[in-house]
Amino acid sequence: MSTPAGTPALRLRGAEMAYGGHRLWSGLDLDVAPGEFVAVLGANGAGKSSLLKVVLGRQALRAGTVEVAGRPARRGDRRIGYVPQQKGLDPATPLRARDFVRLGLDGHRWGPLLPSRRANHRVDDVLAAVGATGYADEPVGRLSGGEQQRLRVAQSVVGDPALLLADEPLLSLDPHHAGAVTALVDACRRRTGAAVLFVTHDVNPVLPYADRVLYLAGGRFRVGTPDEVMTSRTLSSLYGSPVEVLRSGGRVLVAGAAAPAEHPHAHEEVR
Amino acid sequence: MTGSALAAVTWSDVFDFSDYGALLALVQNSLWAGALLGLVGGLVGVVVVARDLPFAVHGTAELSFAGGAGALLLGVDVVAGSLVGSVLAAVLFGVLGNRAREHNSAIGVLMPFGLGLGVLFLALYEGRAANKFGLLTGQIVAVDDPQLVSLAVIATVVLVALLVLWRPLLFASLDPEVAEARGVPVRLLSPVFMLLLGLSVAMSVQVVGALLVLALLVTPAAAALRVSASPYLVPVLSVVFAVVSVVGGTLLALGSSVPISPYVTTVSFLIYLGCRLVARLRRPPARAGAGAARAVGAA
Repeated sequence: MSTPAGTPALRLRGAEMAYGGHRLWSGLDLDVAPGEFVAVLGANGAGKSSLLKVVLGRQALRAGTVEVAGRPARRGDRRIGYVPQQKGLDPATPLRARDFVRLGLDGHRWGPLLPSRRANHRVDDVLAAVGATGYADEPVGRLSGGEQQRLRVAQSVVGDPALLLADEPLLSLDPHHAGAVTALVDACRRRTGAAVLFVTHDVNPVLPYADRVLYLAGGRFRVGTPDEVMTSRTLSSLYGSPVEVLRSGGRVLVAGAAAPAEHPHAHEEVR
Repeated sequence: MTGSALAAVTWSDVFDFSDYGALLALVQNSLWAGALLGLVGGLVGVVVVARDLPFAVHGTAELSFAGGAGALLLGVDVVAGSLVGSVLAAVLFGVLGNRAREHNSAIGVLMPFGLGLGVLFLALYEGRAANKFGLLTGQIVAVDDPQLVSLAVIATVVLVALLVLWRPLLFASLDPEVAEARGVPVRLLSPVFMLLLGLSVAMSVQVVGALLVLALLVTPAAAALRVSASPYLVPVLSVVFAVVSVVGGTLLALGSSVPISPYVTTVSFLIYLGCRLVARLRRPPARAGAGAARAVGAA
């Protein structure tokens, strides 16, 4: 992308987000370098999705600033690639897999959808990169959830974004597909140098790839490498109650107040 | 009803092609109107199916019928009346949300109200009975020159707008969140498309009648989507199916005492059945079963 070298793909300074009267997080400083993979973890309602909305320009910060590749975040910034949650596409969708991916390249342009050799080349490259060449000409609505999610990753990178936002892209995928889709996002950022902000409540698929973790909980946050953040001590102090991080066979289990990384907030309010 | 009374209705009462040449000259306007309608309906239908809006089409048609019936009663232009009704409906539905699921119950509430209003207007109207019936079930020789011109103007507006909006509209229809992130004005496109839909419905009501608008705005696109998922081929097939249905239905209706709509809907339905059959032959049940198993595995 045409951004000066050294400009972070995402920069947050003193960022504060509130929902209603409730403060979700504040004082958030974060620089995400090009090519860096940052996993955003935390309980439901901790403000993970709000963070993405802020970066997408769909929600304003209460305080602080947010910049995408050197410019203030705004709606419809095409230097951002966006992978949403998996939702089944209608079997009657009038697109093949390759057309679905192409929308990420020029779907925003006015005019009819006409065959384009240039778009085709680009789409073919990306389809090969995500291993979807085999079903490139299949109706997209008849593919499985895992296959569709691969195509969503392809759609998000085909426009060569500076920043890739993934919003719970593993939801409703089985562990095998969840691992494959995460590996795909990782391979894409290595190939293109796009930074990745990967929001998930499922820790394990992303830990092997994450350079850093942003963990949101109870109005506070921690940023650091997975080894720094995913410890019993750090998470206990973050939640303000005993949390145990268990490691077994390369998998991480967060137990205690956060078990299984769901609704620790509700626990706190009940007490 | 006795058997002999039924037998009295013979084939020759339904079909009589003896003066076909002379009839053809009389309905030239209707054929042109039908072709225009097929072109518009086929294209609009693709987006209607992609946005899951068939129910909204039906609701819009009933309110368009009420508008037309009101115009008939007041003695003003029927096309203008049905336009007012369908545009009003389309704007109401458009304001209610982006996707059909979000406002189906609102349509379900407005639709019978529109139909009731229309029936009331027709009951109060004391003119020719054929005019009354035509709004519901379609009419064939009624398209005069000024009416053809007004249909052509509406068709041009809808076609030009669709060509300009096509790609972002398709994007916004199947993945509104991603489209919005890519800078597509999703929230603007929804009411604009509903307006185009309203115009198309008002056109269709003139020819096939309010009850059967779906046969032109949904069936051809649904049939096309059975045999292809190519974004280039589906709109073309849908338009061809719609034009064949209207023009073919009109030509069949010429030699008949029955209104035009059963012919149009039958041709349209037969095309749909044919497409299902083709899809079945190309995609044998084993393949479909494998697809279902994959879908379950991913869930």
